[in-house]
Amino acid sequence: MSKLVISAIGPASSIQDGGRHGAQRYGLTPSGAMDRLALAASNCLVGNELFAAAVEIGPFGAAFTARGGAVRLALAGAPRSADIAGSAVASDTSMTLADGETLTLGFARGGSFSYLAIEGGVAGERMFGSLAVNARAGLGSPYPRPLQAGDELQVAAASSAAARRVDLPAAVEGPIRVVMGPQDDEFGEDAKKLLLESEWKISTTSDRMGYRLEGPVIKHLHGHNIVSDGTVNGSIQVPGNGAPIVLMPDRGTTGGYPKIATVITADLGRFAQIPAARGFRFKAVSMAQAQEEARKFAALLRTLPDRLRAIESFDLNIEALRDANVAGAAVSAVDAGTWQIPSADMLVQD
Amino acid sequence: MAATLSPPRILPSGDSAITVEFSRNIDDTANQRVLALDRTLANEPVSGVTETVPTYRSLLVHYDPLEIDFDTLGEKLTALAQLPVPPATKARRWRIPVSYGGEHGIDLEDVAKALNTTPDDIVARHVAGDYRVAMIGFTPGWSYLSGLEKFLHLPRRQNPRLLTPAGTISIGGVQTGVQCLAGPSGWHLLGRTPVKTYQLHRDPIFLLEPGDSVTFSVVDAKTFVEQECAAEAGEIVAELITS
Repeated sequence: MSKLVISAIGPASSIQDGGRHGAQRYGLTPSGAMDRLALAASNCLVGNELFAAAVEIGPFGAAFTARGGAVRLALAGAPRSADIAGSAVASDTSMTLADGETLTLGFARGGSFSYLAIEGGVAGERMFGSLAVNARAGLGSPYPRPLQAGDELQVAAASSAAARRVDLPAAVEGPIRVVMGPQDDEFGEDAKKLLLESEWKISTTSDRMGYRLEGPVIKHLHGHNIVSDGTVNGSIQVPGNGAPIVLMPDRGTTGGYPKIATVITADLGRFAQIPAARGFRFKAVSMAQAQEEARKFAALLRTLPDRLRAIESFDLNIEALRDANVAGAAVSAVDAGTWQIPSADMLVQD
Repeated sequence: MAATLSPPRILPSGDSAITVEFSRNIDDTANQRVLALDRTLANEPVSGVTETVPTYRSLLVHYDPLEIDFDTLGEKLTALAQLPVPPATKARRWRIPVSYGGEHGIDLEDVAKALNTTPDDIVARHVAGDYRVAMIGFTPGWSYLSGLEKFLHLPRRQNPRLLTPAGTISIGGVQTGVQCLAGPSGWHLLGRTPVKTYQLHRDPIFLLEPGDSVTFSVVDAKTFVEQECAAEAGEIVAELITS
């Protein structure tokens, strides 16, 4: 066994995988990666199962050091600078960190979350089939909390597999697509129009439970209390102050605010990566369109291994250059000061 | 009983879940139908359904859209939901010890004042209740109970508390509840139980199931502390009074 030592890490960073399913009926939320495509891409690069546990790295910088042997890694997700001993490494590629070497990551630029997959995965004790951290429920392994500097992950010694890159399709642009409902009848036509025709921004008080939106006030027809019912990732609930909250993987399993619409599965990861300073819009699609997109998204995940390419030094340089020059200095959606701190309106009981 | 039950509303919760809504209100008949549909899906699984979440008035059905589409599943659920409600299998009945008032139930005095009675009367009424787990949600093990006596119905607090203790027994609106983990709450805190409805490394991890019956018993603060130690060590502490 080798060790991957967390030499430095910011808040909002934790071990995440495909999440834990089957216990929402007991109030246990699924958790899991904010951007499933990026998690899958990083795992695919090191030959892991697509939804194996990896390090979800929040918007701040981080550093990882190999101890006791070399470790094979891959980075995907939000663009950010990355280097090993002063040489830049590209996103969406696998790399080998020699014993004693340190991988240093910069701030996320133009996104929030990156995924560092480790060949062979992370050693830990699964609960409900998952290592994903859910700090509130005391779940997650090897640490049931966000990662801290000094933490150590037991990992496999690096294989001699060649470095690879994964050729991902161009990022989807355009509005975040939603299916209206389940409680869109709690809102008038003008309120629905406001949701779909306004520009929104993600508040810096967002976290893995929910993203708060800044924009116009969405008014309810009959008040903001409904009898609690079940929530999903992407539920857009509207509390009393009229500022929508999009529920994310650490959401409460039930909630008592009307849900005007739901982000489609294919756009959840893209939504999770929207930086706070960047405006975005919603667009309503039909159920048939949403399910067609879900099938396409599943097909993309399934065919990720076909998108692996041998790496050449030429590719590496171009990729590294591109990543080092990502335009803009957008502020991340996830603010250190609010990470994991509960707030009454996101946590309404019923 | 009506010959045919009314169809539920089939509401889309995104592309991978359907909310089967029986009522918009807290309604015992609706909750019976929710739990009946939940049992039906457990006994005769529908291909593509991955997980169900019963609540007071609706059943959230998670599914894989690659296996079954919205319309097909919606029709199936509508048909299943209109089958006569089978008599509930004999529910488990739990007796849960509660230390009422004092530091364990900081709102007991205020609740008594608001309802023009004494703290003892509030405790006597609350402990006499025969409750049913209508749903579990919000955070692990948070069990919402139906069957609260009308006298104890009280609007929730104007300002929710950001942190209330683990094991809190509280009332809010027409409901009472058993809270497992410390967390925010807008309800009135009557007492605390040493029972953990969610505990890792214990079998079972989750103590209560939707549909279970619950009664409470009064314990003093000293017994509470003893039972809390036992619960910490993995004992269930709650009593199963019928099987």
